[in-house]
Amino acid sequence: MGNEQEALNLVNEQVEYKWVGTRPIRPDGADKVTGRATFGADIDLPGMLTGVVIRSPHAHARIISIDTSAAAALPGVLGIVTGADLPELPNEVAAGGEAPINFRYVSENAIARDKVLYDGHAVAAVAATSVEIAHEAASLIKVNYEVLPHVINVLDAMADDAPVLHEGLITKGVEPAPTKASNIAGKTEFAMGDIEKGFAESEVIIERSYTTEAVHQGYIEPHAVVASVAADGMVNIWCSSQGQFMIREFCAKLLGMDIGRIRVTPAEIGGGFGGKTTVYLEPLAVVLAQKSGRPVRMVMSRGEVMRATGPTSGTHVHIKLGAKRDGTFVAGEMVLKYQAGAYPGSPAFLGGMTGFSCYELPNAKATCWDVVSNRPKCAAYRAPGAPMASFGVESAIDELAQTLGMDPLELRLKNAAKEGTATIYGPKFLQIGYVETLLAAKAHPHWSAPLGPNQGRGIACGFWFNIGGPSSASVHVNEDGSVSVVTGNPDIGGSRASMAIMAAEVLGMELSKVKPLIGDTGQIAYSFLTGGSRVTFATGMAVCDAAKDVVRQLRTRAAKMWKVTAEDVEWRDGSAFCTKVEEGKDRAPLTLAAIAHAAARTGGPISGNVSINAAGAGPGFGTHICDVEVDPETGATRVIRYTAIQDVGRAIHPSYVEGQLQGGAVQGIGWALNEEYVYDANGRLQNTGFLDYRMPVASDLPMIDTVLVEVPNPGHPYGVRGVGEVPIVPPLGAVANAVSHAVGLRLTSLPISPPKLLAAIDGAKAAG
Amino acid sequence: MATVILQTEFARRYTGGQTRLTVAVADYSALIETLEARFPGFEESLQGGMAVAIDGEIYQSPLLEKIGAESEVHFLPPIGGG
Amino acid sequence: MAKHHVTTTVNREPVELLCDPSATLLDVLRDELGLIGSKEGCGTGDCGACSVLMDGRLVCACLVLAAEATGHEITTIEGIAEGNTLHTLQQQFLEDAALQCGICTPGFIVAAKALLDRNPDPTETEVRFWLAGNLCRCTGYDKIIRAVMNAAAKMREEAVHG
Repeated sequence: MGNEQEALNLVNEQVEYKWVGTRPIRPDGADKVTGRATFGADIDLPGMLTGVVIRSPHAHARIISIDTSAAAALPGVLGIVTGADLPELPNEVAAGGEAPINFRYVSENAIARDKVLYDGHAVAAVAATSVEIAHEAASLIKVNYEVLPHVINVLDAMADDAPVLHEGLITKGVEPAPTKASNIAGKTEFAMGDIEKGFAESEVIIERSYTTEAVHQGYIEPHAVVASVAADGMVNIWCSSQGQFMIREFCAKLLGMDIGRIRVTPAEIGGGFGGKTTVYLEPLAVVLAQKSGRPVRMVMSRGEVMRATGPTSGTHVHIKLGAKRDGTFVAGEMVLKYQAGAYPGSPAFLGGMTGFSCYELPNAKATCWDVVSNRPKCAAYRAPGAPMASFGVESAIDELAQTLGMDPLELRLKNAAKEGTATIYGPKFLQIGYVETLLAAKAHPHWSAPLGPNQGRGIACGFWFNIGGPSSASVHVNEDGSVSVVTGNPDIGGSRASMAIMAAEVLGMELSKVKPLIGDTGQIAYSFLTGGSRVTFATGMAVCDAAKDVVRQLRTRAAKMWKVTAEDVEWRDGSAFCTKVEEGKDRAPLTLAAIAHAAARTGGPISGNVSINAAGAGPGFGTHICDVEVDPETGATRVIRYTAIQDVGRAIHPSYVEGQLQGGAVQGIGWALNEEYVYDANGRLQNTGFLDYRMPVASDLPMIDTVLVEVPNPGHPYGVRGVGEVPIVPPLGAVANAVSHAVGLRLTSLPISPPKLLAAIDGAKAAG
Repeated sequence: MATVILQTEFARRYTGGQTRLTVAVADYSALIETLEARFPGFEESLQGGMAVAIDGEIYQSPLLEKIGAESEVHFLPPIGGG
Repeated sequence: MAKHHVTTTVNREPVELLCDPSATLLDVLRDELGLIGSKEGCGTGDCGACSVLMDGRLVCACLVLAAEATGHEITTIEGIAEGNTLHTLQQQFLEDAALQCGICTPGFIVAAKALLDRNPDPTETEVRFWLAGNLCRCTGYDKIIRAVMNAAAKMREEAVHG
C-alpha cells in the first residue's frame, strides 16, 4: 500500500533541500525493531534491589500511624521510606517543569504525609533483595487510617457541603477571598471586548453545557526508574521520562539536594504525552538507594499507573455563542470547571486561552475554575486543557451552522483567525496557517464523499500555542569527517531522525555519516524537556546553530590550509571551495573528511556547542473531518473515515509528522468514544487495566489520512512549527459532531460510549 | 509609545482598572521598573511566573527583550504543554 | 518456596533455569535470560507488548507460567532477525515509520509474524483484527497496518522468486 495521501500535502515547493522533507530510516530504528533498545525497566545493575510502593485503598483518609517494624524485620528488606523521610517544602509556586509548580504538592503526591487523597495514593515504599520479598514486606506494613468522606466529580466537589481535601485551601482569584476552605483552588479569567453588548447585538445564540471525563495519557510503558547513591552521596538515576533535566531538578527539590549531586540518564521512553513530565517513583527510589546503599529499581504495574498517575481533567464546559444571521461571530463566553485531582493545578486556564482561538471573536470571556477532588493528581496530557474547551466550542459552532442552515466549514471559514487576529489572552497572531487547513479540508475528497444510512460526518478545528524554550546541542566533527550530534531531549517520536536531518542539511553532508545521540545531564548543557511540541523547533534550532558554527569553523580551517582568509572560503555540499584564484595555486575543494583529518594541525578538535532560549515558536492549527457509522441497536459507533489536516510549518521528516497527526487523532477518538474512569461508591477505581480502560485498538479504526499544510514558520531556520499537540484538540468535536449528525441528536457528554448513546437514542424515540 | 494591554481582572487588582497603559521603554526590564513605579505591587503580581507577549511573540522567561515605540505588550500565564 | 526447574528452548537455543512457581514466562525471559525485548505493559494480557511465539502460536508471555514453557519452543523478538539481518517485517516497520516510541514494536512484529506465518495474503481487515490484541498509543495504527501489508507483499514476492 503506498502513501497516496502524500500527493494531497500542500508543500512549499520553492525550496530544494537535500534531506529536509525526505523519509530516511530513523537512526535508532534497528535497536527498536530488534528489542535491543533500553527502556526504563530494562536496566539491570549489579546488586540491584526491587522497590515496591504501598498505596492507600481509601479515596480520602487521615493517616493515623504507619508501622513498618514487621517489614523491617523481614530478611532481605534493606530500605523503607515514608513521607517522614522527605523534607517539608513551602506551600508556594516556584519555577520548574513547564510552568510554575508547587513542589510541595508534587512531593505530597509522590508520598503522602498526614492524609491520603485518592485510591492509590503512595504511603510508603520498601526495597528488598527480590520481587517476592519486596511484595511480602509491603503486605507487612501496617497503616492505620481514619477514613473520611470523599468526593469524585467536579460539580460535587464545588458544592458547599462537599468534603474538603485541603484544610487551608482558599480560592485564589476571587474577590473578596472566601473565608472558608473549599475544593475550589482558583479562578482565572480572560476577556476581550464587551460580551454583554456582543450578546445584545447577536441575532442567534447557542447556549449549552458539555461534560468530558478524565482520561489517561495511556502510554504503554509504565513508569520505571533505577536509582543508585554512591558512598560520596552522588546520585545516579536512569529512568523513562520526558526530560532528564526536569527529573534532576524535581528530585533535587523534593529531596533537598544540590542539583549538581544528581546525574540523570534518560532511558528510551515508551510514550509520555505529557504524563511523564513530573516525578512519582524517582525520589522514592533515591531515598531507598540511599538507605540501602544499593541500586534500587522501581517499576509501576498498570494498575498503579491508572490509580496513581496523572490523567487529565474531567470537565464541565458551558458555552454561549452569539452570531449574526449571516454567520458572523459576535460574542462568545465559556465557563470551564476542570477537576485537578487531589492537588490544585488543572489546565482549566489553558482551555480558556485556546477554546475560541481559531476564530475572530470581537467579544469574548472565559472563566476557568480549578477544582480538587479525590482522584489522582492531574498531569499534562497533549495540549493540556484545550481538547475539552474545543469540544464545547466546536459543538456549539456545529449547532449554530445547523440553526443557520449554513455549511459548518463555510461558517468556520467566514470567521477564521488570520494574521492580526486578536486572541482572548492578548497578543495578535503573527503568520498562521489556519485558513489554509480549512481550504485544504474543503478541497479534500473526504469532505464531499457520500454517506450511507446511520452515518454522519463531523468537522472540528483546534489550536495549540507550541513553545520554544531552552535547548542545547553539540555538533562534533569526528576525525574521519563523520559527525555526532548530541542533544538533551529524550526521543519520544522520532526526533533523533529530525536532528540528524537538520545537521546534515546545514553541513551539506551525507546523512548516513551524521549520528544523533542523547546525552545525560552530565554530557550536554541544560535542555528543557521533551513536550510542548518544542523539540524539532527549539532543539532543532540549537542543532542548526551548532552546525552553522561548525561550518564557520570548517571554513576557517580550510582557509588556514590554503593560507587564505575565511572570506575566501565557501561551504557547499559538504566541502570547502576556495573563491580566491591565484596564479600557480591549485586549490581543489577540501572535503569535510580532509579538514577533519587535519584538525589537530589547524587548531584542534572541531565542534559547535550552542545553548539557546528559543523564541518564535509558531502556533498550530488543525482541521479534522470524521465519518462515523452508528449501530442504532447497540449504540456502538465506528469511525469509518478520518482526515487530519494541519499547518505543520515544514515537515523535516514527513513520516514522523504524519505519525503525530495520526496518533493524536486516535487518542482524541478514544477520548470521545470510550475512555473514562469508573469509580465505585467508595471512591475506588474500578477499571485499572486496559481491558476496561478501553483505548482504541487496530480493529476499531480506519486509516487516518493526513494532509500536511506547510506555511513555514519564519522563526525557525527551516520553517518548523511544533506539531505534536494540535492533533488531539479537534477530534473530540469532530467525533461528537459526526455522531450527532448520524443519529440526529446533539451529544454533549463524552465519552459517547454505547450505553450512553443507546440511552440518548431510546430517550429521543420515547419523547416522540 | 508602547501599549501594555492587561486582562480586566488583573487590571482591577493592580492598576485600578486601567486595561490600556502607554509606556516609553526600550526593553522588558525597563517596562517592569516603570510599571512598578506607577503601580506599586505590580512586579510582585508577576511572581507566579507570567509570560509576556511583545508584538505577538511570546517570551516565557523575559529580561531584556526589546520593546519598540509602537509595540503592543500583553502579560499572560506561562504556557506548558504535554 | 522451592524453585521450579524449567527446561525449554528459546530462540532455537536450549535453556535451563530455576524459577519461582508463580513466575511468568515474561518474568524469566526478562529477569533470568536477559531477553528484555518483550515488554510488560499491563501484566494482564491486554496490551500485547509481551507477545511471543510458543511452538509458533502467538501468546502473551505474561499469561504463561514459566513452568509451562518446559518442552516447548519459545520465539521472542530477539529471535526474529537472522543474526544482524533484519526480517522483512522489521525492515518494513523501519521503512514505513511504523513506530514512534517503539515500546509496542517488538510485540507487533512478533504478532504480525504469527499472522503472516498462517496467512501470507491478509486483507487490511484481517490484519487489523489479528493485531487487535496489540495496543499502540503513539501511531494510531495506520503506519503499522501499512507496514504489515507491505511486508506481506514483499514476502510473497520473495517466496515466488526466492
